[in-house]
Amino acid sequence: MKPDTTLPVLIAGGGLVGLTLALDLARRGVRAVVLDQAASVAEGSRAICFAKRTLEIFARLGLGARMLEKGITWNQGRVFFQAREIYGFNLLAEDGHECPAFVNLQQYHVEAWLVDACLAAGVDIRRRYRVVGVENGADVRVSVAGPEGTYTLRAAWLIACDGARSFVRESLGLDFLGQVFRDRFLIADVKMQADFPTERWFWFDPPFHRHQSVLLHKQPDDVWRIDFQLGWEADPEVERAPERVCARIRAMLGEDVDFSLEWVSVYTFRCRRLHRFVHGRTIFAGDAAHQLSPFGARGGNSGVQDADNLGWKLAAVLAGAPVRLLDSYDAERVAAADENILHATRSTDFITPKSPAARAYRDAVLSLAERFPFARPLVNSGRLSRPAVLADSPLNDPEADDWPGAPPLGSVAIDAPVGEDDWLLRHLGDGFTLLVFGPPFPLDAPAVRCLFIAAEPVPGRADVLHDRTGLAARRYGAPIGGCVLLRPDQHVLSRFVRYDAARVASAMARVVASIGVMA
Amino acid sequence: MSLDLSPRLADPDALYAALIAAHQGLDEAASRRLDAQLVLLLANHIGAQDVVFQAIAIARDLAAAQEGATA
Repeated sequence: MKPDTTLPVLIAGGGLVGLTLALDLARRGVRAVVLDQAASVAEGSRAICFAKRTLEIFARLGLGARMLEKGITWNQGRVFFQAREIYGFNLLAEDGHECPAFVNLQQYHVEAWLVDACLAAGVDIRRRYRVVGVENGADVRVSVAGPEGTYTLRAAWLIACDGARSFVRESLGLDFLGQVFRDRFLIADVKMQADFPTERWFWFDPPFHRHQSVLLHKQPDDVWRIDFQLGWEADPEVERAPERVCARIRAMLGEDVDFSLEWVSVYTFRCRRLHRFVHGRTIFAGDAAHQLSPFGARGGNSGVQDADNLGWKLAAVLAGAPVRLLDSYDAERVAAADENILHATRSTDFITPKSPAARAYRDAVLSLAERFPFARPLVNSGRLSRPAVLADSPLNDPEADDWPGAPPLGSVAIDAPVGEDDWLLRHLGDGFTLLVFGPPFPLDAPAVRCLFIAAEPVPGRADVLHDRTGLAARRYGAPIGGCVLLRPDQHVLSRFVRYDAARVASAMARVVASIGVMA
Repeated sequence: MSLDLSPRLADPDALYAALIAAHQGLDEAASRRLDAQLVLLLANHIGAQDVVFQAIAIARDLAAAQEGATA
């Protein structure tokens, strides 16, 4: 790369978020350069819960089957309070979706697959490179230091995916606003042959770890995640010592359990974000933009949704769409971050009561929950990460029609079984899609890829999906002939009670100005 | 729905006595937990969260005012 050429996109940080974005861009014909400090993918399992929406995004990017095959699917959870199990619950989502509520899978597996897919797609990944300077002007000049020395890269767009301690954020002098929770947690990934069921177990104040909480979760390859709450007074250095960690694990599992430590980390909770994610030609995504407590699995999952939201918009802008399209990334993902911060803060407040009154309420909920099911929804050991509904998005079509049971504008497309062993979401592709409910008919001047969702099969028509269970029509509540326009990231952009080429074109033109940019 | 602030109890003295009796012999932490359990049981019985939020707001205002008066 000659220093005088301008890269379309430079991505700082080749972790989960940066690689997801690079792969998405490559599929849209934009070859990004990715810089990463590390020589290889990160050690330690880190993010382990990949939620349904993340699995659907990775399915679109071609990694879905591997994640479902390798990942551990679980539905059952148990909650313990002191010495007793107070209740169990089943998270089993409704049937008729390809992806489960989530799978457990080590982040390094996912990153390794992302690297392979990125390299195959022509992404330029430069390892052992770090950003040492950023000049954010009409374009971005980034000084990088690595094995071949220090040099300057010029890029139309710099995407900072460089994590919670983002150098890019620091060098632009941007404040990271929010709350630090006065508590510490120990993560131990333990390899063992154990016959615990594949369930999520959460203890409040157990006899083996008094006054604190503990979480046990299964990963592939006989690895178990154990998360010990330590309290604010704990010394991270002391707590990381293997003999200390092993003593805690033996207290929990018994003296004679045979295990080895895979990875140990001590962390504090933070819930904070940048005021804005778009700063001129520099855009922040993932932990660089927002940092969340891990209960509820929102860090990795929200970062992947950032990438999913940004990829198509960036590609459209590079192809000539107005730059203000990227303002919608800011509006949508800031709102999503706030929703995640709200949930993460509430979980943390339940798990770590901050006053005698808060502890009394927490323990009251747990005591009631053992006997009375009404109190169980109040127990908060982390709420399941759900896809953001971009209800206030500036992109949502103000002219959209409505009908009873219609998917809300800005909500994510709902999956349903179609044909034989096939799924609706598999057919959406990387661009805009119009779902047309009902038997196929000739479409006048379609400006977008159209898929008919029909109650009867039509052999030989790839654009007609057979809604053999009727679930698709029911989930979209659509009248015969009703249409749902989906964005490239599969969020609902508009709805039409009947097909109207001009209205579809105008809903898309509001987003990308010229339809040719992203058909 | 609006929080009903009219007097509705048939035997207020008995209710008051029952609340005090429930706390008898409990230490500070257990007393707090008892009150929290009562609040949660009654809040769930009421169901309408906006009503409970009105009650929380009134109780909070009173507590803050009393704290200011005694400080």
